[in-house]
Amino acid sequence: MREGKGISEAMRMPGVKGLSEAEGLSEAEGMSEAEGMSEVKGISEVGVMRMSEVKRKPGDGTTPENVLRKISFTVNGKALTLYVDIRESLLEVLRERLGFTGVKKGCGVGECGACTVLVDGTPIDSCIYLAVWADGREIRTVEGLAVDGQLSPVQEAFVEEGAIQCGFCTPGLVLSTTALAESGKEYSREEIKRELSGHFCRCTGYQNILKAAERAVHEGGHRCAHCEHEREGEKRI
Amino acid sequence: MFNISKYDEAGSLDGALEFLSEHPAAKVIAGGTDVVIKMQGGKLREVELFSIRGLAELKGSKCSPDGAVLLGPLVTFSQIAGDPFLQDNIPVLTQAALSMGGPQIRNIATIGGNICNGAVSADSAPTLLALNAELRLQSARGERKVPLREFYLGPGKVDLRPGELLTGIMVRPEEYLGYHGHYIKFAMRKAMDIATLGVSVLCRVEEGKVLRGVRIALGVAAPTPIRCPEAEAFAEGKTASAETLREIGRLAVRSTKARTSWRASQEYREHLVAELVPRALQEAMRAAGGEGNA
Repeated sequence: MREGKGISEAMRMPGVKGLSEAEGLSEAEGMSEAEGMSEVKGISEVGVMRMSEVKRKPGDGTTPENVLRKISFTVNGKALTLYVDIRESLLEVLRERLGFTGVKKGCGVGECGACTVLVDGTPIDSCIYLAVWADGREIRTVEGLAVDGQLSPVQEAFVEEGAIQCGFCTPGLVLSTTALAESGKEYSREEIKRELSGHFCRCTGYQNILKAAERAVHEGGHRCAHCEHEREGEKRI
Repeated sequence: MFNISKYDEAGSLDGALEFLSEHPAAKVIAGGTDVVIKMQGGKLREVELFSIRGLAELKGSKCSPDGAVLLGPLVTFSQIAGDPFLQDNIPVLTQAALSMGGPQIRNIATIGGNICNGAVSADSAPTLLALNAELRLQSARGERKVPLREFYLGPGKVDLRPGELLTGIMVRPEEYLGYHGHYIKFAMRKAMDIATLGVSVLCRVEEGKVLRGVRIALGVAAPTPIRCPEAEAFAEGKTASAETLREIGRLAVRSTKARTSWRASQEYREHLVAELVPRALQEAMRAAGGEGNA
């Protein structure tokens, strides 16, 4: 598929004409050098700072026009419009530019789950999700779960079950569990294990994590240990 | 920061095909779970990305009144796993979809990407091969239909011509109706692992133990996903005894061209084929309500 040549050629192509043609992005078309930059300033200064720090090789043709895209999305319910670099991951934008450091950078290749966020309610690994794809989406990070300082039921369950050791995997696990709890579906213990299998806890605190997830998913905070509640065909936790 | 030199997005299928005919060097990206990882690992550099993830034409799956299933290439593994029609009618495909990666990966990885990357370990490949899936490939010049079996050319190499997009994966009703199947992914972990070996079988079962229309497909047993014609021919009409199933497993090994990699040696992979093909058949027979004794 990949052909190694012709890349620098494309990079030296002036302007963004080629892009907008296929994309039908009228916004990109209007982004002439001067306009584009002033727009960037107006919307987000981070964007401008970022550009000045953009990794460039001399003469590689990197200009704001061909690497920046304006996207609009919500993070934890707050609407944002900003320019992102086409080379950035959603993880980088959330952590480094917007300060959501609850989104952890772990393996960088979608294996450990530490960078998990909810995109339109679905858990994804933000380290392998291009920032431009967040356009028009609703993003939730662990920072958005508590309301007025009140932890969410899933967070409570993790606290109650002591499902935290070093805490690095916790935000991701809490978010995946949140998606399960909010789905309203029933999950068996095996299914919960499967649904959390994209998260590594290198402290190996899986038992308590599973307990917390079961508690959050089944009972919405209801504590089986102190009552007679028992599900059919399931062992008590 | 990924090493991307250019990024474009497709707005419509026609627009995408036109773009690809003009930009043959562009790397098509959908879910990104292979492409982004290759960029991260430095295997892909200064890539011109062309995203097709917004193409509504390639999303969703359809079932025509006669039962023909057309999977859109942008259907994610989670969507396949959660599809009630597939769960009821082609559960072996659901099973294969659920074995791939972990939930976050299944939520974005697409079936089309899994096929087009041509990975020998692709979890969807053995099952789609066993289902005699047919691919719809489209370019600005027109459409062609290629059986999946002929699509694989070599390790990571597929018969996708420059400017072509996979636009649909067709499974005909006669390929799954009345069939029962089973997929075994042999790996070190239950999740987030690459198959050391993948075995998918489909069969019909008569009188509880007579095998008909057996299809055996393997992943990671040769440079591409393969079928085992010799074993399939032998199995036709046989009464499934322990002895017959063992022989089918032995014959399946003959179709393999396994190699030694850090995951497993050639000998071990061959042993797995001989062992897991009968086991998968037994499970398929059990699913069919047969005895599956061996």
